[in-house]
Amino acid sequence: MLARTVLRSVPFRGLARQSLNKTSSRASSSAAGAESASSPFHLTLTASVATAIALGSATYLYGQEAFAMTPAEEGLHATQYPWEHAKWNKTFDHAALRRGFQVYREVCASCHSLTRVPWRSFVGVTHTVDEMKAFAEENEYDTEPNDQGEIEKRPGKLSDYIPAPYQNEEAARFANGGALPPDLSLIVKGRHGGCNYIFSLLTGYPDEPPAGASVQEGMNFNPYFPGTAIAMARVLFDGVVEYEDGTPATTSQMAKDVVEFLNWAAEPEMDDRKKMGFKAITLLTGLFALSVWVKRYKWAPVKTRKIVYSPPVPRR
Amino acid sequence: MAGALATSIYQHVSPPQSTLIRRNAVYLTSIFAGAFAFEVAYDTSTNKLWDTWNRGRQWKDIKHQYLNKADEEDDE
Repeated sequence: MLARTVLRSVPFRGLARQSLNKTSSRASSSAAGAESASSPFHLTLTASVATAIALGSATYLYGQEAFAMTPAEEGLHATQYPWEHAKWNKTFDHAALRRGFQVYREVCASCHSLTRVPWRSFVGVTHTVDEMKAFAEENEYDTEPNDQGEIEKRPGKLSDYIPAPYQNEEAARFANGGALPPDLSLIVKGRHGGCNYIFSLLTGYPDEPPAGASVQEGMNFNPYFPGTAIAMARVLFDGVVEYEDGTPATTSQMAKDVVEFLNWAAEPEMDDRKKMGFKAITLLTGLFALSVWVKRYKWAPVKTRKIVYSPPVPRR
Repeated sequence: MAGALATSIYQHVSPPQSTLIRRNAVYLTSIFAGAFAFEVAYDTSTNKLWDTWNRGRQWKDIKHQYLNKADEEDDE
């Protein structure tokens, strides 16, 4: 009985070969099960089925990729944008960095800190010395303790770091409904997708959450944010800043500028790094070619040598 | 091809009339001077190529808009 059910499920090729080899008498004789030892087809079939079951169950148990998060918790994958400054031979667009810093100052800085960037790092990159001194002096910093051990306030210097909008994490959470605005100094390096993710996040706020999406009180819907519920509301609207160089301040323009600026904040060495890499690779290519030539030059006598064996002529 | 460069360098070694390699001081001086000259030439040419690729993108291309023309020529 088992043999018959197995036979019924034999794949077509097996059936065809069977009918080619022997005609219907073969099936009936094996169905009797009398000489199973002399029937390798059954052995093959059984072994195949056993292997298939073993492989299938092993794949089912161990081969599947496990996802701890649902797609909504994962967040929508960011679009790949053709960033000009990401090419191997392109620097940052420093005019864009300057605009991006303006966007950061006027929009992002009210909640997000940039504590790892000092004022001096902008000098010669996006701003002149005098501009940055003026920016630094707008802020107050603690002095060293004086003779009475009191700490006073002084205007900022170029060597000071950009002050954070909140005194500490608790104050930041308290002011933002429990959510902590992350520090933006290294945010491009610290998020999967980097520039693409931040640009998609900034420009990806829908006008209203899609049907069926549940958004808690005080939260906003953004498909690119893991979990889709983000405490930060949309902040970039057309014309929210006014660029000094006349660039139209559309949402995507501001997002692009501020993303490039944040990429600079995370990788201020990128311009020099790419330039030095280009120089080094070019030079090392030349040196490699030279070494190949020297090898061939040194080996030329060896390679072209001809060894001839002339056997001694036997005397007669 | 392989022999051409080497021949031009080593050609005059065996006769005592060799100019470059006969005296060690001359040889060393030419190596150091050659290295210096090569570095200057290489840096100049690659920097020029780099600036061509990045025309208008670097700070030196845009800083003239923001420097005060009157008295701040030296501050960058």
